[in-house]
Amino acid sequence: MRLEVVDRRDFILGATAATALAALLATTSAGTAQDPPASLDEALKKIMGAAKPSEGKFLLELPEIAENGNTVPFTLTADSPMTEADHVKAMHIFAPANPQVDIATFQFTPASGKASASSRMRLAKTQDIVAVAALSDGKFLMAKRTVKVTIGGCGG
Amino acid sequence: MAKPRVKVPEQAKIGDLIEIKTLINHVMETGQRKDPEGTVIARDIINTFVASFGGKEVFRATLQPGISANPYIAFFMRVPGPGDLELAWIEDSGKKTVEKIKLNVV
Repeated sequence: MRLEVVDRRDFILGATAATALAALLATTSAGTAQDPPASLDEALKKIMGAAKPSEGKFLLELPEIAENGNTVPFTLTADSPMTEADHVKAMHIFAPANPQVDIATFQFTPASGKASASSRMRLAKTQDIVAVAALSDGKFLMAKRTVKVTIGGCGG
Repeated sequence: MAKPRVKVPEQAKIGDLIEIKTLINHVMETGQRKDPEGTVIARDIINTFVASFGGKEVFRATLQPGISANPYIAFFMRVPGPGDLELAWIEDSGKKTVEKIKLNVV
């Protein structure tokens, strides 16, 4: 049991170093093939332009503490009637402290019935996760939540 | 890719809101890692997931390398009537895995 804990810690420390290196690499090789947004601000501007998002009616569910940064469950839910006239078109989720800021985009239709989607993401370290919902009327909702990513097995 | 696992309610009525849970085995290689020789391991992820019902798109997810290996995706659908749910996972290579599920509408 004890051995297992040490192994895991070593693994995570190694993984953290690799992530840091990857972050460095990502910075130096910016502007290639996929062109992911370089920062949260750039990503948000691309989606919302100059529009100001409102808070509320949009929930970002995350664990408070993620013991394993390799798989952190999340659920995005917006309060919307999901009719032709009034629905959520898309939701975007960002991890600003990851090597690549954008995590996923979910696109909905009135046929969805409910504006909600769940998945699992990788988190390099403790950070504030940001989500944006784009509504059919051109408005935006924003939600933010801190996730503490544990390094090692002692809640640090 | 291995066969995806999909969970839908055993039966549903027209107008019901149902949750569809999916899981597929995939490494979701980020393109950020290096092998022991220091060579960057090429990015290899599922970048798109599309769910359609009766040929009409219901939900779509665009995934980045920040999505965990063996991606789990869950979403909702309002049952419009009897029909087939078609789910597609598309990889960076263009390879497409398609799963068709007949919804038991009562």
